[in-house]
Amino acid sequence: MKILAALSGGVDSAVAAARLVEAGHEVTGVHLALSRNPELYRSGSRGCCSLADANDARRAADVLGIPFYVWDFSERFAEDVVADFVAEYAAGRTPNPCLRCNEKIKFAAVLERGIALGFDAVATGHYARLERWRDGASLHRAAEPDKDQSYVLGVLDAAQLDRCAFPLGDVAAKPILRKEAAERGLLVADKPDSHDICFIPTGDTAGFLNDRLGTRSGDVVDAEGEVVGAHAGHHQFTVGQRHGLHLSVPASDGRPRYVLGIDPVANTVRVGPKEALRVRSITGIRPTWTQGAQTGSWRGLVQVRAHGEAMPATITAAADGIEIELDQPAFGIAPGQAAVHYDGDRVVGSATIAATAA
Amino acid sequence: MTTRSYLDHAASSPLRPQALVAMGTALETAGNPSSLHASGRGARQLLEEARESLAACLGAKPAEVVFTSGGTEANNLALLGGGRPGTAVAISAVEHPSVDGVRGRREDVRVLPVTASGHLDVTAARALLDDRVGLVSVQWVNNETGAVQPVGEVVRLGHGIGARVHSDAVQALGHVEVDFEASGLDLMTVSAHKLGGPVGIGALVVRRGVEVVPSGFGGGQEARLRSGTVPVALAVGFAAAARLAMAELAAESARLAVLRDRLIAGAVAAGGVANTLTPCGPAIVNVTFPGVRADDLLLLLDAAGIDASTGSACTAGVHQPSEVLLAMGRTLADAGASLRFSFGPGTTEADVDHVLAVLPDAVTRARAAA
Repeated sequence: MKILAALSGGVDSAVAAARLVEAGHEVTGVHLALSRNPELYRSGSRGCCSLADANDARRAADVLGIPFYVWDFSERFAEDVVADFVAEYAAGRTPNPCLRCNEKIKFAAVLERGIALGFDAVATGHYARLERWRDGASLHRAAEPDKDQSYVLGVLDAAQLDRCAFPLGDVAAKPILRKEAAERGLLVADKPDSHDICFIPTGDTAGFLNDRLGTRSGDVVDAEGEVVGAHAGHHQFTVGQRHGLHLSVPASDGRPRYVLGIDPVANTVRVGPKEALRVRSITGIRPTWTQGAQTGSWRGLVQVRAHGEAMPATITAAADGIEIELDQPAFGIAPGQAAVHYDGDRVVGSATIAATAA
Repeated sequence: MTTRSYLDHAASSPLRPQALVAMGTALETAGNPSSLHASGRGARQLLEEARESLAACLGAKPAEVVFTSGGTEANNLALLGGGRPGTAVAISAVEHPSVDGVRGRREDVRVLPVTASGHLDVTAARALLDDRVGLVSVQWVNNETGAVQPVGEVVRLGHGIGARVHSDAVQALGHVEVDFEASGLDLMTVSAHKLGGPVGIGALVVRRGVEVVPSGFGGGQEARLRSGTVPVALAVGFAAAARLAMAELAAESARLAVLRDRLIAGAVAAGGVANTLTPCGPAIVNVTFPGVRADDLLLLLDAAGIDASTGSACTAGVHQPSEVLLAMGRTLADAGASLRFSFGPGTTEADVDHVLAVLPDAVTRARAAA
């Protein structure tokens, strides 16, 4: 197959491309330039769009002996990922930009461009397994649970998965992958993993949002609507957050308080005790399906954050979304995050969390 | 397709075998050409022979040839130190970045516009030039489009206002007739690897009596203008390549002009719009393919065994729209949808046929991907 391998400059995507080359595919490396003002260097695990990363990706392609190009998707990224990220926070929600990037950029804009240029598939260094069937593919958790990234791929549909390759799904442990990289002469074998949001290299999400949304002071209220503090912008908070609330009125029972909800119109942040964060039902909108839409009701496992646990639940298809009833209550589920649901280790689909109830 | 078609000679032309042989011999010669002992004299003799030989190729006197690390350094020397002190500089709107960059380094830089064909707009230029301008710099042949600029006219205009005149002749040497003495220029830049010499050496030709202020300091080599030990073997390779290029000039420029016209006609038939317009050199073809990303077309041609170029600068590997084409009045979209093919001694009719066989399908695909 002719495969377009996305090379981030990190060790995972480099080994993914190397495995495809060894399997006999015709591989072309492409580095996505996503930042409009790339940093020269990356410091530690922060960020992933620096010029040094582009150079690391190029050197990996050199070692593998494959063609390499840089594709500028900075405009699409600014519109579809960064602007959406800011708008979601402005609306009082907590978005996941990595899912959004996979959905709109890596496995949409990049994939479409690659297909039009004659490639059969796009490969990345995500840790997930893809099982191919005669009439499509199914997406599964990676062999190594700690590295599993099937959650951030849960937004992909059947047509996208049909054109994907995830060569690292069977990697047993990260040190093994690093060893494999070193054996292949890849210079990024020891490069630290990236963790933060790539377009906020400082890690200061609140500051990033302040720069774009400004600061607007508002009230922090308790469950009864009493003002217990002040804030400088509701976008600086996330449901379930405990630290950094700076409350002026102590809780009557002296117990810690958490962010329960955000009202973007009134610009208030509601706080209360942990048990008020208890969630049993989740309403999901904008559903996606890895192998076509399901109907009716079924049992499954639901995951609501990147490294969260898989929670047993009953899932019901609704008019334009899904309803999730968790077997056991969960705490601090933020609207805007994705609920990805599984059948065992197989990803069935995803939805954006719109509302939760106890 | 088993053999690649290398059509990027304007970026760097492969080393001529004769230059390699000459350099091999020179590299085995010990000594610093500035030393006074026998070894030093041996090195100096090779260097001066190279200088004399190159000067003859350029229509210059040996003492007028100042070796530099390449075209960029020579252009920098001319633009930073070649004007009358404290005066304005005038450059064309389509200069190479090593000239154009003076916009960020000197205060009064006047940009002389070009016409839609990429040639200096002489009437507009005349209106922008006055006696406060101490240096006029207009390239001989454009590196992206191949447009030949009216150097004689520029010299008359520049000298008419008492300014010195410099021309970046990097893409001219070896492709069109270049005679420094006859040109009337005060300063001229040339580079070795664009005509099959080694990378890493160029020269600034400085008319006798013209003072240039050095940009750096050191041992005062190269007429006190460019300090640093002169790489004798590179100079020898430069001279060897230049001699061959001069000997072949008439025949090669006629041969390549036929290939140029053939490629332009075929590219236009594949939906392209030519940006290489007369008068132009024989070795560069620039075509816009409306509705494509130049990057995508490059990828497809690369996969089909063709080395072409966008001709303009990259930032972190991301192709930027061509400033040259923008200066010619092209839209941002068209300036990012253009390719450059450039020829050299090894270029054959088969290379052009190869491009023309691949181009229609590649353009269709690239349009679909845009």
